[in-house]
Amino acid sequence: MNIAEIQAYGYFILTFLLVLVLYGYIYHLYTKKRDADGVDYESYSNMALKDDIDDAPVSALSEEKEK
Amino acid sequence: MENRPLEYDYTIAKMFMLTTIVLGIVGMLIGVILAFQLAFPGLNLILGDNLAEYTNFSRLRPLHTDAVIFGFTLSGVFATWYYVGQRVLKVSMAESKLLMTIGKLHFWLYLAVVAAAVFSLFAGVTTSKEYAEFEWPIDIGVVVVWVLFGMSMFGLIGIRREKSLYISVWYYIATFLGIAMLYLFNNMEIPTMFATSPAGETGIGAWYHSVSMYAGTNDALVQWWYGHNAVAFGFTVPIVAMIYYFLPKESGQAIYSYKLSLLSFWGLMFVYLWAGGHHLLYSTVPDWMQTMGSIFSIILILPSWGSAINMLLTMKGEWQQVAASPLIKFMILASTFYMFSTLEGPIQAIKSVNAIAHFTDWIVGHVHDGVLGWVGFMIMAALYHMAPRVFKREIYSKAIMTAQFWIQTLGVVLYFTSMWIAGITQGMMWRAHDEFGNLAYSFIDTVTVLHPYYAIRGVGGLLYLVGFLMFAYNIYKTMSSRPVEERELQSASPMGA
Repeated sequence: MNIAEIQAYGYFILTFLLVLVLYGYIYHLYTKKRDADGVDYESYSNMALKDDIDDAPVSALSEEKEK
Repeated sequence: MENRPLEYDYTIAKMFMLTTIVLGIVGMLIGVILAFQLAFPGLNLILGDNLAEYTNFSRLRPLHTDAVIFGFTLSGVFATWYYVGQRVLKVSMAESKLLMTIGKLHFWLYLAVVAAAVFSLFAGVTTSKEYAEFEWPIDIGVVVVWVLFGMSMFGLIGIRREKSLYISVWYYIATFLGIAMLYLFNNMEIPTMFATSPAGETGIGAWYHSVSMYAGTNDALVQWWYGHNAVAFGFTVPIVAMIYYFLPKESGQAIYSYKLSLLSFWGLMFVYLWAGGHHLLYSTVPDWMQTMGSIFSIILILPSWGSAINMLLTMKGEWQQVAASPLIKFMILASTFYMFSTLEGPIQAIKSVNAIAHFTDWIVGHVHDGVLGWVGFMIMAALYHMAPRVFKREIYSKAIMTAQFWIQTLGVVLYFTSMWIAGITQGMMWRAHDEFGNLAYSFIDTVTVLHPYYAIRGVGGLLYLVGFLMFAYNIYKTMSSRPVEERELQSASPMGA
């Protein structure tokens, strides 16, 4: 196998892996909500909409710090 | 301690709002002078022959670019961080004396570095690397300021109440990390006083002079990896951070798709760093690198449009707000110009298009529809949204804001259309030849043809500057206008007549 062939295989494998990572991430974003401890990413928008200092955090860092 | 309810502390945000406006005026004013100098070269000597050194195009040009990038834009980034950061992390700067001290140090050292940079550039002290003109003593100052910014940011994140980081915070973190890496590597330089000449002389040149650690093609590669990504992490990433907070907040609408915002974020982070090679098409850089630069530039459309479309769709069903509020108008136009310039850039990065576009005014037009339409509009919108909340007063005048919007929009349109025509004319004329391969035109022929477009560009820039002065006046008057109850300020900003 010469260098050009190795490059070609490397290129294909890398592209394939990157496509896998991309679609894997999209799958993760859409399915995480269904898990037992999963989160609905869309609720994170409320971090901006309800951002007064005495608004309840979307998910508090710790219970004792929560107001 | 007196027993008061906890409030967000905007002391540092206000300080940086001031420098955003002052340095914006300085940078844009110099830009307008430069534009008219190109159209009317006599203006190079506007203050007479004795002061020509300080008023000519080449001395002022780095002052314009550095004032708008490191002055106006960075101040805007810092101002919005010290506002948005506290709010989405639900923690006040007032809760930590240490963070407050770091924040103040961050501001005052930043101001000192800005003063040193302005002074040295006016004096003609420069490394001659585009957007990296500062000599080594100032570079060290920049690094210290940046480290303070990082301590401030991660310090605030460290004491947060909100477990997850809002999408804007991810973009601010990326700004910090990206610029840190780029600035350090591109400014690797050796003071000439440490050098020894072939003849054995030591201590060459003034103490503040230096040479780049890279040479030739390597220097070009590092320089444009830096130059292009300075656009990425200075003009794109932190401005996306702003729009992801300010547009949903001002309109009261949740982001259309938070998942898309995450996907676009990681897409942008992965793709942007590889695209810088498009600045070196048809140069001595290896061909595969040029091709890679082109390809990644085109892929870049996807994550860029992912964010821009997400913002436009956030207004779904709420388009009457665009008609009613000049503040929303600014942000929607910013988002539109973001889509526009992230389509234009990839087109220019295609090799065959670049053969015409390279070195022409079309590139200047591209940069300016990005920075005037996207960066400038978004930073002004952010400050307009912040003003009623940090000063606890309604915006002085909605009418001035609306007038400013239309004046500046006209300015941007005149700017980029004139530069499109000028650039493509220039590119075509440079390439034109007769049947024997002799060039059809000399350089001065192109200059003569381009003169009207240069004049139009100057007018476009002037309109934008006029609008910016209206913005500065409006913010100044806001500080003294009618107070408002903070409770009212859930979304839409209150505006006076």
